[in-house]
Amino acid sequence: MDRPYDNRAWLLVLPVLAIVAFSAVIPLMTVVNYSVQDTFGNNQFFWNGTGWFRELLDPSSDLGSRVIASFWRNLAFSAIILAIEVPLGIAVALAMPRAGWKVAVTLVLMAMPLLVPWNVVGTIWQVFARGDIGLLGYAVNRLGIDYNYVSDPVAAWVTIVAMDVWHWTSLVALLCYAGLKSIPDAYYQAARIDGASRWAVFRFIQLPKMRRVLIIAVLLRFMDSFMIYTEPFVVTGGGPGNSTTFLSIELVKLALGQFDLGKAAAMSIVYNLIILAVCWVFYTAMTNLDAERSKEGAAS
Amino acid sequence: MSAETMTQAVPAAAATTASRRGFGVSGGGITLSLYLIFLMLPIYWLVIMSLKTNAEITSGMTLWPQQITFDNYRTIFTDASWYNGYISSLSYVAINTVLSIGLALPAAYAFSRYRFLGDKHLFFWLLSNRMAPPAIFALPFFNLYSAIGLFDTPWAVALAHCLFNVPLAVWILEGFMSGVPREIDETAYLDGYSFPRFFARIFMPIIANGIGVTAFFCFMFSWVELLLARTLTTVNAKPIAATMTRTVSAAGMDWGLLAAAGVLTLVPGVLVIWFVRNHIAKGFALGRV
Repeated sequence: MDRPYDNRAWLLVLPVLAIVAFSAVIPLMTVVNYSVQDTFGNNQFFWNGTGWFRELLDPSSDLGSRVIASFWRNLAFSAIILAIEVPLGIAVALAMPRAGWKVAVTLVLMAMPLLVPWNVVGTIWQVFARGDIGLLGYAVNRLGIDYNYVSDPVAAWVTIVAMDVWHWTSLVALLCYAGLKSIPDAYYQAARIDGASRWAVFRFIQLPKMRRVLIIAVLLRFMDSFMIYTEPFVVTGGGPGNSTTFLSIELVKLALGQFDLGKAAAMSIVYNLIILAVCWVFYTAMTNLDAERSKEGAAS
Repeated sequence: MSAETMTQAVPAAAATTASRRGFGVSGGGITLSLYLIFLMLPIYWLVIMSLKTNAEITSGMTLWPQQITFDNYRTIFTDASWYNGYISSLSYVAINTVLSIGLALPAAYAFSRYRFLGDKHLFFWLLSNRMAPPAIFALPFFNLYSAIGLFDTPWAVALAHCLFNVPLAVWILEGFMSGVPREIDETAYLDGYSFPRFFARIFMPIIANGIGVTAFFCFMFSWVELLLARTLTTVNAKPIAATMTRTVSAAGMDWGLLAAAGVLTLVPGVLVIWFVRNHIAKGFALGRV
Protein backbone atom coordinates (compact mmCIF):
# COMPACT_ATOMS: atom_id res chain seq x y z
CA MET A 1 0.00 0.00 0.00
CA ASP A 2 3.07 2.24 0.09
CA ARG A 3 3.34 2.42 -3.68
CA PRO A 4 4.20 5.97 -4.73
CA TYR A 5 1.54 8.00 -6.54
CA ASP A 6 2.80 8.89 -9.98
CA ASN A 7 0.63 9.65 -12.98
CA ARG A 8 3.52 9.14 -15.36
CA ALA A 9 2.80 5.43 -14.91
CA TRP A 10 0.02 5.99 -17.43
CA LEU A 11 2.70 6.15 -20.13
CA LEU A 12 3.63 2.55 -19.37
CA VAL A 13 0.01 1.46 -19.62
CA LEU A 14 -0.65 3.23 -22.92
CA PRO A 15 0.39 0.38 -25.28
CA VAL A 16 -1.94 -2.05 -23.55
CA LEU A 17 -4.68 0.53 -23.54
CA ALA A 18 -4.24 1.07 -27.29
CA ILE A 19 -4.42 -2.60 -28.23
CA VAL A 20 -7.32 -3.42 -25.94
CA ALA A 21 -9.21 -0.35 -27.10
CA PHE A 22 -8.65 -1.46 -30.68
CA SER A 23 -9.86 -4.99 -30.07
CA ALA A 24 -12.55 -4.34 -27.46
CA VAL A 25 -13.90 -0.79 -27.66
CA ILE A 26 -14.22 -0.46 -31.44
CA PRO A 27 -16.08 -3.78 -31.82
CA LEU A 28 -18.33 -2.95 -28.86
CA MET A 29 -19.19 0.39 -30.45
CA THR A 30 -20.18 -1.47 -33.61
CA VAL A 31 -22.37 -3.70 -31.50
CA VAL A 32 -24.04 -0.76 -29.78
CA ASN A 33 -24.61 0.83 -33.16
CA TYR A 34 -26.27 -2.29 -34.56
CA SER A 35 -28.38 -2.83 -31.47
CA VAL A 36 -30.44 0.31 -32.00
CA GLN A 37 -30.95 -0.03 -35.74
CA ASP A 38 -32.79 -2.22 -38.16
CA THR A 39 -32.01 -2.96 -41.78
CA PHE A 40 -33.75 -4.09 -44.94
CA GLY A 41 -30.42 -5.17 -46.39
CA ASN A 42 -28.28 -3.22 -48.87
CA ASN A 43 -26.60 -1.52 -45.94
CA GLN A 44 -29.60 0.72 -45.38
CA PHE A 45 -30.12 1.15 -41.67
CA PHE A 46 -32.81 3.01 -39.80
CA TRP A 47 -33.31 3.87 -36.17
CA ASN A 48 -35.06 1.23 -34.09
CA GLY A 49 -34.51 2.61 -30.60
CA THR A 50 -34.88 0.06 -27.85
CA GLY A 51 -37.02 -2.26 -29.96
CA TRP A 52 -34.55 -5.13 -30.02
CA PHE A 53 -33.96 -4.90 -26.29
CA ARG A 54 -37.69 -4.95 -25.54
CA GLU A 55 -38.14 -8.00 -27.75
CA LEU A 56 -35.12 -9.67 -26.17
CA LEU A 57 -36.33 -9.27 -22.60
CA ASP A 58 -39.96 -10.08 -23.36
CA PRO A 59 -40.56 -13.75 -22.51
CA SER A 60 -43.64 -13.92 -24.73
CA SER A 61 -41.78 -13.14 -27.96
CA ASP A 62 -40.04 -15.87 -29.91
CA LEU A 63 -36.59 -14.34 -29.47
CA GLY A 64 -37.12 -13.52 -25.82
CA SER A 65 -38.33 -16.97 -24.87
CA ARG A 66 -35.39 -18.63 -26.59
CA VAL A 67 -32.80 -16.35 -25.05
CA ILE A 68 -34.26 -16.55 -21.56
CA ALA A 69 -34.49 -20.33 -21.79
CA SER A 70 -30.84 -20.55 -22.84
CA PHE A 71 -29.91 -18.19 -20.01
CA TRP A 72 -31.44 -20.50 -17.38
CA ARG A 73 -29.97 -23.51 -19.11
CA ASN A 74 -26.54 -21.93 -19.01
CA LEU A 75 -26.92 -20.95 -15.37
CA ALA A 76 -27.93 -24.51 -14.46
CA PHE A 77 -24.94 -25.83 -16.35
CA SER A 78 -22.56 -23.48 -14.53
CA ALA A 79 -24.08 -24.43 -11.17
CA ILE A 80 -23.77 -28.16 -11.87
CA ILE A 81 -20.17 -28.07 -13.03
CA LEU A 82 -19.14 -25.83 -10.11
CA ALA A 83 -20.85 -28.19 -7.65
CA ILE A 84 -18.85 -31.10 -9.08
CA GLU A 85 -15.53 -29.50 -10.00
CA VAL A 86 -14.83 -27.54 -6.82
CA PRO A 87 -15.20 -30.40 -4.28
CA LEU A 88 -13.54 -32.86 -6.66
CA GLY A 89 -10.69 -30.42 -7.32
CA ILE A 90 -10.12 -29.95 -3.59
CA ALA A 91 -10.15 -33.72 -3.04
CA VAL A 92 -7.66 -34.29 -5.84
CA ALA A 93 -5.40 -31.49 -4.60
CA LEU A 94 -5.39 -33.00 -1.10
CA ALA A 95 -4.44 -36.37 -2.58
CA MET A 96 -1.56 -35.04 -4.70
CA PRO A 97 1.98 -36.00 -3.66
CA ARG A 98 4.08 -33.21 -2.23
CA ALA A 99 7.58 -34.32 -3.16
CA GLY A 100 9.50 -36.70 -5.38
CA TRP A 101 9.29 -37.64 -9.05
CA LYS A 102 5.58 -38.35 -8.73
CA VAL A 103 4.84 -34.62 -8.50
CA ALA A 104 6.16 -33.88 -11.99
CA VAL A 105 4.32 -36.83 -13.54
CA THR A 106 1.05 -35.97 -11.80
CA LEU A 107 1.28 -32.30 -12.77
CA VAL A 108 1.97 -33.05 -16.42
CA LEU A 109 -0.82 -35.64 -16.68
CA MET A 110 -3.27 -33.34 -14.93
CA ALA A 111 -2.46 -30.34 -17.09
CA MET A 112 -2.93 -32.26 -20.33
CA PRO A 113 -6.68 -31.72 -20.82
CA LEU A 114 -6.15 -27.98 -20.32
CA LEU A 115 -3.92 -27.76 -23.39
CA VAL A 116 -6.26 -29.53 -25.78
CA PRO A 117 -7.88 -27.18 -28.33
CA TRP A 118 -11.51 -26.78 -27.35
CA ASN A 119 -12.98 -28.29 -30.45
CA VAL A 120 -10.65 -31.27 -30.09
CA VAL A 121 -12.03 -31.68 -26.56
CA GLY A 122 -15.41 -31.83 -28.22
CA THR A 123 -14.18 -34.30 -30.82
CA ILE A 124 -12.56 -36.52 -28.19
CA TRP A 125 -15.80 -36.78 -26.23
CA GLN A 126 -17.99 -37.02 -29.29
CA VAL A 127 -16.03 -40.11 -30.28
CA PHE A 128 -15.51 -41.45 -26.75
CA ALA A 129 -19.23 -41.35 -25.89
CA ARG A 130 -20.59 -42.81 -29.11
CA GLY A 131 -22.43 -46.06 -28.67
CA ASP A 132 -20.92 -47.74 -31.72
CA ILE A 133 -17.24 -46.77 -31.77
CA GLY A 134 -16.68 -45.07 -28.41
CA LEU A 135 -15.31 -46.82 -25.36
CA LEU A 136 -17.60 -45.02 -22.90
CA GLY A 137 -20.80 -45.24 -24.91
CA TYR A 138 -20.16 -48.87 -25.72
CA ALA A 139 -19.41 -49.79 -22.10
CA VAL A 140 -22.48 -47.99 -20.74
CA ASN A 141 -24.74 -49.59 -23.31
CA ARG A 142 -23.30 -53.01 -22.50
CA LEU A 143 -24.18 -52.43 -18.85
CA GLY A 144 -27.76 -52.36 -20.00
CA ILE A 145 -28.29 -48.61 -19.68
CA ASP A 146 -29.80 -47.02 -22.75
CA TYR A 147 -27.43 -44.18 -23.54
CA ASN A 148 -27.43 -42.10 -26.69
CA TYR A 149 -26.44 -38.44 -26.46
CA VAL A 150 -27.70 -37.65 -29.95
CA SER A 151 -31.35 -38.35 -29.21
CA ASP A 152 -31.72 -38.22 -25.43
CA PRO A 153 -31.46 -34.79 -23.71
CA VAL A 154 -30.48 -36.31 -20.35
CA ALA A 155 -27.67 -38.30 -21.92
CA ALA A 156 -26.56 -35.18 -23.81
CA TRP A 157 -26.36 -33.21 -20.54
CA VAL A 158 -24.51 -36.02 -18.77
CA THR A 159 -21.99 -36.17 -21.62
CA ILE A 160 -21.40 -32.43 -21.64
CA VAL A 161 -21.06 -32.20 -17.86
CA ALA A 162 -18.64 -35.17 -17.84
CA MET A 163 -16.68 -33.49 -20.60
CA ASP A 164 -16.41 -30.24 -18.69
CA VAL A 165 -15.38 -32.06 -15.52
CA TRP A 166 -12.73 -33.89 -17.53
CA HIS A 167 -11.57 -30.67 -19.13
CA TRP A 168 -11.42 -28.27 -16.21
CA THR A 169 -11.29 -30.03 -12.82
CA SER A 170 -7.50 -30.05 -13.09
CA LEU A 171 -7.54 -26.25 -13.10
CA VAL A 172 -9.32 -26.16 -9.74
CA ALA A 173 -7.04 -28.91 -8.40
CA LEU A 174 -3.86 -27.14 -9.54
CA LEU A 175 -4.98 -23.88 -7.96
CA CYS A 176 -5.81 -25.60 -4.65
CA TYR A 177 -2.50 -27.44 -4.81
CA ALA A 178 -0.68 -24.11 -5.13
CA GLY A 179 -2.60 -22.85 -2.09
CA LEU A 180 -1.81 -25.98 -0.06
CA LYS A 181 1.89 -25.82 -0.95
CA SER A 182 2.10 -22.36 0.60
CA ILE A 183 1.23 -23.73 4.07
CA PRO A 184 4.41 -24.08 6.18
CA ASP A 185 5.08 -27.54 7.65
CA ALA A 186 5.15 -26.03 11.11
CA TYR A 187 1.36 -25.52 10.97
CA TYR A 188 0.76 -29.24 10.49
CA GLN A 189 3.19 -30.16 13.23
CA ALA A 190 1.58 -27.75 15.64
CA ALA A 191 -1.81 -29.25 14.76
CA ARG A 192 -0.51 -32.76 15.36
CA ILE A 193 0.81 -31.83 18.78
CA ASP A 194 -2.53 -30.25 19.62
CA GLY A 195 -4.14 -33.55 18.62
CA ALA A 196 -6.24 -31.89 15.93
CA SER A 197 -8.45 -34.22 13.92
CA ARG A 198 -8.08 -34.59 10.16
CA TRP A 199 -11.25 -32.53 9.70
CA ALA A 200 -10.01 -29.78 12.02
CA VAL A 201 -6.76 -29.54 10.02
CA PHE A 202 -8.77 -29.17 6.84
CA ARG A 203 -11.30 -26.75 8.28
CA PHE A 204 -8.95 -24.44 10.20
CA ILE A 205 -5.62 -24.68 8.35
CA GLN A 206 -6.08 -25.84 4.79
CA LEU A 207 -9.40 -24.27 3.85
CA PRO A 208 -8.52 -20.73 5.00
CA LYS A 209 -5.25 -20.92 3.07
CA MET A 210 -7.12 -22.04 -0.03
CA ARG A 211 -9.82 -19.37 0.19
CA ARG A 212 -8.01 -16.97 -2.09
CA VAL A 213 -7.18 -19.46 -4.83
CA LEU A 214 -10.70 -20.87 -4.55
CA ILE A 215 -12.15 -17.46 -5.35
CA ILE A 216 -9.98 -17.31 -8.47
CA ALA A 217 -10.97 -20.87 -9.37
CA VAL A 218 -14.69 -20.19 -9.00
CA LEU A 219 -14.35 -16.93 -10.92
CA LEU A 220 -12.54 -18.54 -13.84
CA ARG A 221 -14.79 -21.58 -13.93
CA PHE A 222 -18.00 -19.61 -13.69
CA MET A 223 -16.98 -17.17 -16.41
CA ASP A 224 -15.65 -19.81 -18.77
CA SER A 225 -18.65 -22.08 -18.32
CA PHE A 226 -20.99 -19.14 -18.80
CA MET A 227 -19.49 -18.44 -22.21
CA ILE A 228 -18.91 -22.05 -23.24
CA TYR A 229 -19.38 -22.52 -26.95
CA THR A 230 -17.03 -24.79 -28.85
CA GLU A 231 -17.14 -27.98 -26.81
CA PRO A 232 -20.92 -28.53 -26.60
CA PHE A 233 -21.30 -27.23 -30.14
CA VAL A 234 -19.00 -29.94 -31.45
CA VAL A 235 -20.56 -32.71 -29.36
CA THR A 236 -24.28 -31.96 -29.65
CA GLY A 237 -24.60 -28.88 -31.84
CA GLY A 238 -26.98 -27.53 -29.21
CA GLY A 239 -29.38 -30.43 -29.49
CA PRO A 240 -31.25 -32.67 -29.24
CA GLY A 241 -33.84 -29.99 -29.92
CA ASN A 242 -32.58 -26.99 -27.98
CA SER A 243 -31.68 -28.92 -24.85
CA THR A 244 -27.98 -27.97 -24.83
CA THR A 245 -28.19 -24.58 -26.55
CA PHE A 246 -26.26 -22.29 -24.21
CA LEU A 247 -26.06 -18.51 -24.46
CA SER A 248 -23.03 -18.35 -26.74
CA ILE A 249 -24.43 -20.99 -29.07
CA GLU A 250 -27.69 -19.04 -29.32
CA LEU A 251 -25.76 -15.84 -29.98
CA VAL A 252 -23.56 -17.28 -32.72
CA LYS A 253 -26.65 -18.78 -34.32
CA LEU A 254 -28.25 -15.33 -34.42
CA ALA A 255 -25.17 -13.39 -35.48
CA LEU A 256 -23.33 -15.60 -37.94
CA GLY A 257 -26.03 -18.13 -38.79
CA GLN A 258 -29.00 -15.89 -39.50
CA PHE A 259 -27.04 -12.62 -39.74
CA ASP A 260 -29.71 -11.00 -37.55
CA LEU A 261 -27.51 -8.04 -36.66
CA GLY A 262 -29.90 -6.07 -34.47
CA LYS A 263 -31.05 -8.99 -32.35
CA ALA A 264 -27.54 -10.42 -32.01
CA ALA A 265 -26.13 -7.02 -31.02
CA ALA A 266 -28.81 -6.41 -28.40
CA MET A 267 -28.20 -9.88 -26.99
CA SER A 268 -24.42 -9.27 -26.95
CA ILE A 269 -24.89 -6.16 -24.86
CA VAL A 270 -27.16 -7.78 -22.31
CA TYR A 271 -24.84 -10.80 -22.17
CA ASN A 272 -21.81 -8.59 -21.61
CA LEU A 273 -23.57 -6.61 -18.88
CA ILE A 274 -24.37 -9.81 -16.98
CA ILE A 275 -20.73 -10.90 -17.23
CA LEU A 276 -19.53 -7.47 -16.10
CA ALA A 277 -21.79 -7.52 -13.05
CA VAL A 278 -20.65 -10.97 -11.94
CA CYS A 279 -17.04 -10.06 -12.63
CA TRP A 280 -17.39 -6.97 -10.45
CA VAL A 281 -18.67 -9.02 -7.51
CA PHE A 282 -15.71 -11.39 -7.69
CA TYR A 283 -13.22 -8.58 -8.20
CA THR A 284 -14.48 -6.78 -5.12
CA ALA A 285 -14.30 -9.99 -3.09
CA MET A 286 -10.74 -10.52 -4.27
CA THR A 287 -9.49 -7.01 -3.54
CA ASN A 288 -11.15 -7.09 -0.12
CA LEU A 289 -9.30 -10.30 0.65
CA ASP A 290 -6.04 -8.68 -0.48
CA ALA A 291 -6.61 -5.70 1.76
CA GLU A 292 -7.43 -8.00 4.67
CA ARG A 293 -4.28 -9.99 4.11
CA SER A 294 -1.98 -6.98 3.88
CA LYS A 295 -3.52 -5.72 7.13
CA GLU A 296 -2.74 -9.07 8.77
CA GLY A 297 0.76 -8.88 7.33
CA ALA A 298 1.26 -5.42 8.79
CA ALA A 299 -0.01 -6.52 12.20
CA SER A 300 2.28 -9.51 12.62
CA MET B 1 6.15 -21.99 22.75
CA SER B 2 6.35 -21.30 19.04
CA ALA B 3 5.78 -23.77 16.23
CA GLU B 4 9.49 -23.64 15.44
CA THR B 5 10.54 -25.09 18.76
CA MET B 6 7.77 -27.67 18.54
CA THR B 7 9.24 -28.87 15.27
CA GLN B 8 12.39 -30.00 16.96
CA ALA B 9 10.44 -32.20 19.30
CA VAL B 10 9.01 -34.20 16.38
CA PRO B 11 11.42 -36.84 15.05
CA ALA B 12 12.71 -35.88 11.63
CA ALA B 13 11.79 -39.28 10.17
CA ALA B 14 8.13 -38.83 11.04
CA ALA B 15 8.12 -35.43 9.38
CA THR B 16 9.49 -36.75 6.09
CA THR B 17 7.01 -39.63 5.88
CA ALA B 18 4.23 -37.14 6.49
CA SER B 19 5.34 -34.94 3.64
CA ARG B 20 5.71 -37.91 1.28
CA ARG B 21 2.17 -38.96 2.07
CA GLY B 22 0.82 -35.81 0.49
CA PHE B 23 -1.46 -33.58 2.52
CA GLY B 24 -2.45 -36.31 4.90
CA VAL B 25 -5.60 -37.83 3.48
CA SER B 26 -6.07 -41.56 3.82
CA GLY B 27 -7.08 -43.16 0.55
CA GLY B 28 -5.57 -40.21 -1.28
CA GLY B 29 -3.62 -42.45 -3.58
CA ILE B 30 -6.79 -44.19 -4.72
CA THR B 31 -8.63 -40.93 -5.35
CA LEU B 32 -5.72 -39.62 -7.36
CA SER B 33 -5.27 -42.82 -9.37
CA LEU B 34 -8.96 -42.97 -10.24
CA TYR B 35 -8.91 -39.32 -11.28
CA LEU B 36 -5.85 -39.79 -13.48
CA ILE B 37 -7.38 -42.85 -15.12
CA PHE B 38 -10.51 -40.79 -15.82
CA LEU B 39 -8.33 -38.12 -17.44
CA MET B 40 -6.32 -40.53 -19.53
CA LEU B 41 -9.07 -42.83 -20.84
CA PRO B 42 -10.47 -40.47 -23.51
CA ILE B 43 -6.95 -39.56 -24.62
CA TYR B 44 -6.01 -43.24 -24.76
CA TRP B 45 -9.03 -43.87 -26.93
CA LEU B 46 -8.09 -41.07 -29.31
CA VAL B 47 -4.51 -42.34 -29.68
CA ILE B 48 -5.65 -45.92 -30.20
CA MET B 49 -8.16 -44.84 -32.81
CA SER B 50 -5.57 -42.90 -34.74
CA LEU B 51 -3.57 -46.11 -35.14
CA LYS B 52 -6.47 -48.17 -36.45
CA THR B 53 -7.80 -48.50 -39.96
CA ASN B 54 -11.31 -47.18 -40.58
CA ALA B 55 -12.51 -50.71 -41.31
CA GLU B 56 -11.42 -51.80 -37.86
CA ILE B 57 -12.92 -48.77 -36.12
CA THR B 58 -16.36 -49.28 -37.58
CA SER B 59 -16.44 -53.07 -37.51
CA GLY B 60 -16.32 -53.59 -33.76
CA MET B 61 -14.86 -52.86 -30.38
CA THR B 62 -11.14 -53.56 -29.95
CA LEU B 63 -9.16 -52.19 -27.03
CA TRP B 64 -5.91 -52.44 -28.96
CA PRO B 65 -5.43 -52.10 -32.74
CA GLN B 66 -5.29 -55.50 -34.45
CA GLN B 67 -2.99 -54.09 -37.04
CA ILE B 68 -1.17 -50.87 -36.23
CA THR B 69 -1.21 -48.44 -39.14
CA PHE B 70 0.47 -45.07 -39.53
CA ASP B 71 -1.40 -44.22 -42.72
CA ASN B 72 -3.50 -41.56 -41.00
CA TYR B 73 -0.40 -39.69 -39.88
CA ARG B 74 1.21 -40.13 -43.29
CA THR B 75 -1.81 -38.47 -44.91
CA ILE B 76 -1.51 -35.44 -42.64
CA PHE B 77 2.21 -34.95 -43.16
CA THR B 78 2.06 -35.28 -46.93
CA ASP B 79 -1.10 -33.28 -47.68
CA ALA B 80 -0.42 -29.53 -47.75
CA SER B 81 -3.96 -28.58 -46.81
CA TRP B 82 -3.45 -30.56 -43.58
CA TYR B 83 0.00 -29.50 -42.46
CA ASN B 84 -0.61 -25.87 -43.46
CA GLY B 85 -3.23 -25.86 -40.72
CA TYR B 86 -0.50 -26.55 -38.18
CA ILE B 87 1.75 -23.88 -39.63
CA SER B 88 -0.92 -21.19 -39.52
CA SER B 89 -2.02 -22.19 -36.01
CA LEU B 90 1.52 -22.04 -34.70
CA SER B 91 2.24 -18.75 -36.46
CA TYR B 92 -0.70 -16.84 -35.00
CA VAL B 93 -0.03 -18.33 -31.57
CA ALA B 94 3.61 -17.22 -31.76
CA ILE B 95 2.75 -13.68 -32.94
CA ASN B 96 0.13 -13.36 -30.24
CA THR B 97 2.44 -14.55 -27.45
CA VAL B 98 5.23 -12.12 -28.38
CA LEU B 99 2.79 -9.25 -28.82
CA SER B 100 0.95 -9.89 -25.55
CA ILE B 101 4.09 -10.12 -23.43
CA GLY B 102 5.79 -7.17 -25.09
CA LEU B 103 2.81 -4.92 -24.45
CA ALA B 104 2.00 -6.28 -21.02
CA LEU B 105 5.47 -5.96 -19.45
CA PRO B 106 5.52 -2.15 -19.00
CA ALA B 107 1.86 -2.06 -18.00
CA ALA B 108 2.31 -4.77 -15.38
CA TYR B 109 5.30 -2.83 -14.02
CA ALA B 110 3.17 0.29 -13.73
CA PHE B 111 0.41 -1.56 -11.87
CA SER B 112 2.80 -3.29 -9.49
CA ARG B 113 4.96 -0.25 -8.66
CA TYR B 114 2.79 2.87 -8.82
CA ARG B 115 -0.59 4.21 -7.91
CA PHE B 116 -2.10 6.48 -10.50
CA LEU B 117 -5.36 8.12 -11.46
CA GLY B 118 -7.95 5.42 -12.12
CA ASP B 119 -5.60 2.47 -11.70
CA LYS B 120 -8.13 0.21 -9.96
CA HIS B 121 -10.83 0.88 -12.53
CA LEU B 122 -8.44 0.35 -15.39
CA PHE B 123 -7.35 -2.96 -13.92
CA PHE B 124 -10.94 -4.09 -13.56
CA TRP B 125 -11.73 -3.06 -17.09
CA LEU B 126 -8.79 -5.10 -18.37
CA LEU B 127 -9.90 -8.07 -16.30
CA SER B 128 -13.43 -7.79 -17.66
CA ASN B 129 -12.07 -8.19 -21.20
CA ARG B 130 -10.55 -11.52 -20.23
CA MET B 131 -14.02 -12.58 -19.11
CA ALA B 132 -16.02 -11.28 -22.08
CA PRO B 133 -17.54 -14.07 -24.19
CA PRO B 134 -15.73 -14.36 -27.55
CA ALA B 135 -19.12 -15.00 -29.16
CA ILE B 136 -19.92 -11.30 -28.67
CA PHE B 137 -16.88 -10.31 -30.69
CA ALA B 138 -17.21 -12.79 -33.54
CA LEU B 139 -19.37 -10.60 -35.76
CA PRO B 140 -17.77 -7.18 -35.11
CA PHE B 141 -14.29 -8.68 -35.51
CA PHE B 142 -15.35 -10.14 -38.82
CA ASN B 143 -16.40 -6.67 -40.00
CA LEU B 144 -13.39 -4.90 -38.48
CA TYR B 145 -10.70 -7.15 -39.91
CA SER B 146 -12.37 -7.32 -43.30
CA ALA B 147 -12.42 -3.53 -43.35
CA ILE B 148 -8.73 -3.13 -42.61
CA GLY B 149 -7.71 -5.91 -44.98
CA LEU B 150 -6.27 -8.32 -42.44
CA PHE B 151 -8.98 -10.92 -42.87
CA ASP B 152 -7.68 -14.47 -43.41
CA THR B 153 -4.15 -13.69 -42.20
CA PRO B 154 -2.46 -14.95 -39.01
CA TRP B 155 -2.24 -11.31 -37.89
CA ALA B 156 -6.01 -10.99 -37.65
CA VAL B 157 -6.25 -13.96 -35.30
CA ALA B 158 -3.17 -12.89 -33.32
CA LEU B 159 -4.61 -9.40 -32.79
CA ALA B 160 -8.06 -10.75 -31.96
CA HIS B 161 -6.61 -13.07 -29.32
CA CYS B 162 -4.92 -10.07 -27.70
CA LEU B 163 -8.40 -9.25 -26.45
CA PHE B 164 -8.10 -11.86 -23.70
CA ASN B 165 -4.36 -12.61 -23.66
CA VAL B 166 -3.08 -9.08 -23.03
CA PRO B 167 -5.21 -8.62 -19.89
CA LEU B 168 -4.25 -12.10 -18.72
CA ALA B 169 -0.55 -11.36 -19.29
CA VAL B 170 -0.81 -8.09 -17.36
CA TRP B 171 -2.56 -9.92 -14.56
CA ILE B 172 -0.02 -12.74 -14.23
CA LEU B 173 3.05 -10.52 -14.69
CA GLU B 174 1.77 -8.05 -12.12
CA GLY B 175 1.52 -10.90 -9.61
CA PHE B 176 5.10 -11.99 -10.24
CA MET B 177 6.46 -8.42 -10.24
CA SER B 178 4.81 -7.60 -6.92
CA GLY B 179 6.86 -10.45 -5.45
CA VAL B 180 10.09 -8.58 -6.26
CA PRO B 181 11.09 -6.16 -3.48
CA ARG B 182 11.02 -2.52 -4.52
CA GLU B 183 14.45 -1.90 -2.97
CA ILE B 184 15.98 -3.46 -6.07
CA ASP B 185 14.50 -0.75 -8.31
CA GLU B 186 15.56 2.01 -5.97
CA THR B 187 19.13 0.74 -5.67
CA ALA B 188 19.42 0.48 -9.45
CA TYR B 189 18.18 4.05 -9.95
CA LEU B 190 20.65 5.27 -7.32
CA ASP B 191 23.40 3.49 -9.22
CA GLY B 192 22.51 5.60 -12.23
CA TYR B 193 20.55 3.10 -14.31
CA SER B 194 17.99 4.62 -16.64
CA PHE B 195 14.54 3.03 -16.61
CA PRO B 196 14.85 1.12 -19.93
CA ARG B 197 18.32 -0.18 -19.06
CA PHE B 198 17.27 -1.20 -15.57
CA PHE B 199 14.20 -2.94 -16.95
CA ALA B 200 16.05 -4.93 -19.61
CA ARG B 201 19.27 -5.69 -17.73
CA ILE B 202 18.14 -6.21 -14.15
CA PHE B 203 14.39 -6.53 -13.83
CA MET B 204 13.56 -8.89 -16.68
CA PRO B 205 16.16 -11.50 -15.65
CA ILE B 206 14.72 -11.46 -12.13
CA ILE B 207 11.19 -12.20 -13.31
CA ALA B 208 12.31 -14.58 -16.10
CA ASN B 209 10.22 -17.36 -14.51
CA GLY B 210 7.15 -15.16 -14.54
CA ILE B 211 7.69 -14.28 -18.18
CA GLY B 212 8.02 -17.96 -19.02
CA VAL B 213 4.80 -18.80 -17.21
CA THR B 214 3.00 -15.91 -18.91
CA ALA B 215 4.23 -17.07 -22.30
CA PHE B 216 2.86 -20.50 -21.49
CA PHE B 217 -0.58 -19.12 -20.69
CA CYS B 218 -0.70 -16.89 -23.75
CA PHE B 219 0.32 -19.87 -25.84
CA MET B 220 -2.29 -22.02 -24.18
CA PHE B 221 -5.29 -19.73 -24.54
CA SER B 222 -4.43 -18.78 -28.09
CA TRP B 223 -3.85 -22.42 -29.02
CA VAL B 224 -7.13 -23.72 -27.63
CA GLU B 225 -9.43 -20.92 -28.84
CA LEU B 226 -11.29 -21.67 -32.01
CA LEU B 227 -14.44 -19.55 -32.33
CA LEU B 228 -12.57 -16.34 -33.25
CA ALA B 229 -9.81 -18.14 -35.12
CA ARG B 230 -12.35 -19.85 -37.33
CA THR B 231 -14.47 -16.76 -37.87
CA LEU B 232 -11.48 -14.69 -39.00
CA THR B 233 -10.02 -17.15 -41.49
CA THR B 234 -11.28 -18.93 -44.58
CA VAL B 235 -8.51 -20.58 -46.58
CA ASN B 236 -5.00 -19.27 -46.15
CA ALA B 237 -4.75 -18.93 -42.40
CA LYS B 238 -7.16 -21.65 -41.39
CA PRO B 239 -6.14 -23.19 -38.04
CA ILE B 240 -5.58 -26.91 -37.78
CA ALA B 241 -8.46 -27.36 -35.40
CA ALA B 242 -10.84 -26.01 -38.04
CA THR B 243 -9.27 -28.13 -40.76
CA MET B 244 -10.40 -31.16 -38.81
CA THR B 245 -13.99 -30.66 -39.95
CA ARG B 246 -12.81 -31.76 -43.42
CA THR B 247 -12.83 -35.40 -42.38
CA VAL B 248 -16.56 -35.57 -43.09
CA SER B 249 -16.79 -36.61 -46.72
CA ALA B 250 -19.25 -38.28 -49.04
CA ALA B 251 -17.82 -41.66 -48.07
CA GLY B 252 -18.75 -40.98 -44.43
CA MET B 253 -16.58 -39.98 -41.53
CA ASP B 254 -12.86 -40.65 -41.71
CA TRP B 255 -12.50 -41.44 -38.00
CA GLY B 256 -8.88 -42.56 -38.10
CA LEU B 257 -7.74 -39.37 -39.80
CA LEU B 258 -9.78 -37.25 -37.40
CA ALA B 259 -8.20 -39.00 -34.42
CA ALA B 260 -4.68 -38.62 -35.86
CA ALA B 261 -5.21 -34.88 -36.39
CA GLY B 262 -6.51 -34.65 -32.83
CA VAL B 263 -3.47 -36.44 -31.42
CA LEU B 264 -1.16 -34.07 -33.27
CA THR B 265 -2.88 -31.05 -31.70
CA LEU B 266 -1.99 -32.49 -28.26
CA VAL B 267 1.74 -32.61 -28.97
CA PRO B 268 2.67 -28.89 -28.65
CA GLY B 269 0.67 -28.71 -25.42
CA VAL B 270 2.45 -31.65 -23.82
CA LEU B 271 5.83 -30.22 -24.84
CA VAL B 272 5.23 -26.84 -23.25
CA ILE B 273 3.68 -28.31 -20.10
CA TRP B 274 6.91 -30.19 -19.47
CA PHE B 275 8.90 -26.94 -19.37
CA VAL B 276 6.63 -25.10 -16.99
CA ARG B 277 5.46 -28.03 -14.83
CA ASN B 278 6.84 -26.53 -11.62
CA HIS B 279 5.20 -23.15 -12.19
CA ILE B 280 1.84 -24.14 -13.67
CA ALA B 281 -0.01 -23.90 -10.38
CA LYS B 282 1.42 -20.49 -9.53
CA GLY B 283 0.59 -19.25 -12.99
CA PHE B 284 -3.02 -20.40 -12.76
CA ALA B 285 -3.25 -18.51 -9.49
CA LEU B 286 -2.17 -15.54 -11.63
CA GLY B 287 1.09 -15.27 -9.70
CA ARG B 288 -0.79 -14.78 -6.44
CA VAL B 289 -0.30 -17.62 -4.02
